[in-house]
Amino acid sequence: MDIFAQQILNGLVLGSVYALVALGYTMVYGILGLINFAHGEVVMIGAMTALAVVSTLLSVFPEMHPFLTILLAGLAAILVCMSLAFFIERLAYRPLRNAPRLAPLITAIGISILLQNIAMIIWGRKYKTVPQLFPTETFELFGASITSVQIFIILISAVLMSGLLVIVHFTKLGRAMRATSESQRVAGLMGINVNKIISVTFMIGAGLAAVAGILIAGNYSVVHYSMGFMLGLKAFTAAVLGGIGNLGGAVLGGLLLGLIESIGAGYIGDLTGGFLGSHYQDVFAFVVLIVVLVFRPTGLMGERVSERA
Amino acid sequence: MIFKRSFAIFVAALIIAGCGAESETSDGKKIVNIGHVGPLTGPIAHLGKDNERGAELAVDEANELDLVIDGVPIQFRLLSEDDEANPQKATVVAQKLVDSDIVGVVGHLNSGTTIPASTIYFDSGIPQVSPSATAITYTHQDYQTAHRVMANDEQQGKVLGDYAVKTLGAKGIAIIDDRSAYGKGLADEFESAIKDAGGKILTREFTDITKTDFTAILTKIKGLNPDLIFYGGMDSQAGPMMKQIKNLGLTGFFLAGDGVQTKQFMVLSGAEGEGAYASSPGLPLDQMAGGKEFREKFKQIYREDIQLYAPYAYDATFVMINAMMRANSTDPATYLPFLRNTDFPGVTGRIRFDERGDLKGGNISLYRVVNGTWQYVETIGGAD
Repeated sequence: MDIFAQQILNGLVLGSVYALVALGYTMVYGILGLINFAHGEVVMIGAMTALAVVSTLLSVFPEMHPFLTILLAGLAAILVCMSLAFFIERLAYRPLRNAPRLAPLITAIGISILLQNIAMIIWGRKYKTVPQLFPTETFELFGASITSVQIFIILISAVLMSGLLVIVHFTKLGRAMRATSESQRVAGLMGINVNKIISVTFMIGAGLAAVAGILIAGNYSVVHYSMGFMLGLKAFTAAVLGGIGNLGGAVLGGLLLGLIESIGAGYIGDLTGGFLGSHYQDVFAFVVLIVVLVFRPTGLMGERVSERA
Repeated sequence: MIFKRSFAIFVAALIIAGCGAESETSDGKKIVNIGHVGPLTGPIAHLGKDNERGAELAVDEANELDLVIDGVPIQFRLLSEDDEANPQKATVVAQKLVDSDIVGVVGHLNSGTTIPASTIYFDSGIPQVSPSATAITYTHQDYQTAHRVMANDEQQGKVLGDYAVKTLGAKGIAIIDDRSAYGKGLADEFESAIKDAGGKILTREFTDITKTDFTAILTKIKGLNPDLIFYGGMDSQAGPMMKQIKNLGLTGFFLAGDGVQTKQFMVLSGAEGEGAYASSPGLPLDQMAGGKEFREKFKQIYREDIQLYAPYAYDATFVMINAMMRANSTDPATYLPFLRNTDFPGVTGRIRFDERGDLKGGNISLYRVVNGTWQYVETIGGAD
């Protein structure tokens, strides 16, 4: 039983990160109808930037309190990712806003490759290790072990996701975002600066991605220039699973995907009598994607997709 | 017209003379080319350069001996090529070396490059001695030209399996591999060794070289409560895996092959790496027959420490030169059978080849992480 509890917990940790990244996909899709495939790379840049800042701070001010170090690194990463997202949108997507839908999609893949290669040039090809700022403590919870970092991941993700829902549903900015997603032209006629709202949407998504990057770096203690690619695909899957364009759907999709992967990898070998092994872990994610697309193209909570079409 | 023709003859004569100079030194020694291949650029360029220096040192020392083969004084020359650790590049440079009239090749460094290149050397009848390729396939293609001076993964897997069951006393064992040629090969050998030694395989799990999250498979493994976890793969995955093993509260031993016995593993696993076991083919340098001497000689010449396999490249080169001396010929076809019958006291130990070209009685050393560094534990096999 404790093994099952542990798998659920693993799934929740994994799923929280997926959900944070999936929100970035779904927000941009909700407003522009664009799948921003470079989003996974923004997560990687966030992790890399935070690591660079932490390393610098540790060597220059070794006496600094770890909380302050991580806070500064986090702010730097968020800032870098937000400006990166701003420039990507301004330079790569905006000129193509009225182009056929395939053009920005291809551009997004191009940006993704570009960012990976830039990161490879700056930070090298090796796996880089993340210094441990806090001693890892392990707690027992329903017979499962959970580390302080993992608790932190679940808490931070929950806070950020609720914060985002509050912004979108209860603030003036959120109302403008929702209006822009309904119709850019009408929103523009109502006095909303559509370009600004789109930029802000990209930047909020990138901020969440930066935090996700830091959480991943903290949890696994390694970063690599290619770490964003698979994560991006998984988060995209999560967004589609929940219903792309729907914020609550992205959160639900992320958590579900994390649970499916974790439980799948843990039990598939036993269920199939050893016919399929744990190397099919990634396959679950994509089988789920295909099944959802076949039977419920709008996703689990995705009524809005049909509205947009 | 006549002038033109005589000029043409003059040029032709120059070219022929030029060729003559290629195969003979100014003091009348015959030049014999030995090839060397390793990654001289890219992420493991430092290892390739290390091998090159080992081979270069051997060639320089052989030349100082003023060797005479078949009545002709010999001057060896090392032609070194870069394969970038890339299998495709490996075949290109192998062909280039074959075309440059080499009589033998020391290389390549990686298994992935050595195997495809070995076909080219075999087809051209060029004897090959790899200092460091350990994948089984290399010597299992029935190429009479293929040799290596390091224990292979079969021997390593067997030693690891015996060690796990007999020395560490592990009964229930979980295996993870990264599905690469190296990781899967080593894990397969380990698995059969465990079965032979009477251990029990509880599960075999898989991952790949892009992953850093192993919690799902480790949680499953935790439920089986193994005495030991074996990982067939590289340090980049083993580092984070070790952290997650400790975080999940798994007890028991962690054992891996030479891909993990690196400094990078220590960096990536941090404090959680403590207690991990890993093997590496061969002896630690200080325990090699001529290890200390070689280390000092190397450092004096290159002003740098040995990285990893230089002593093996040195031995590989000398084994080849030794075979030429015994055969009294530098002709590849003539000295090849002599190479197979080598019995040479190398820096790394006694070198003899079996019928496949594998090192006979190759030894494997075990290391354990103590206080953040790999500490030598013991060497198994080899003494014969």
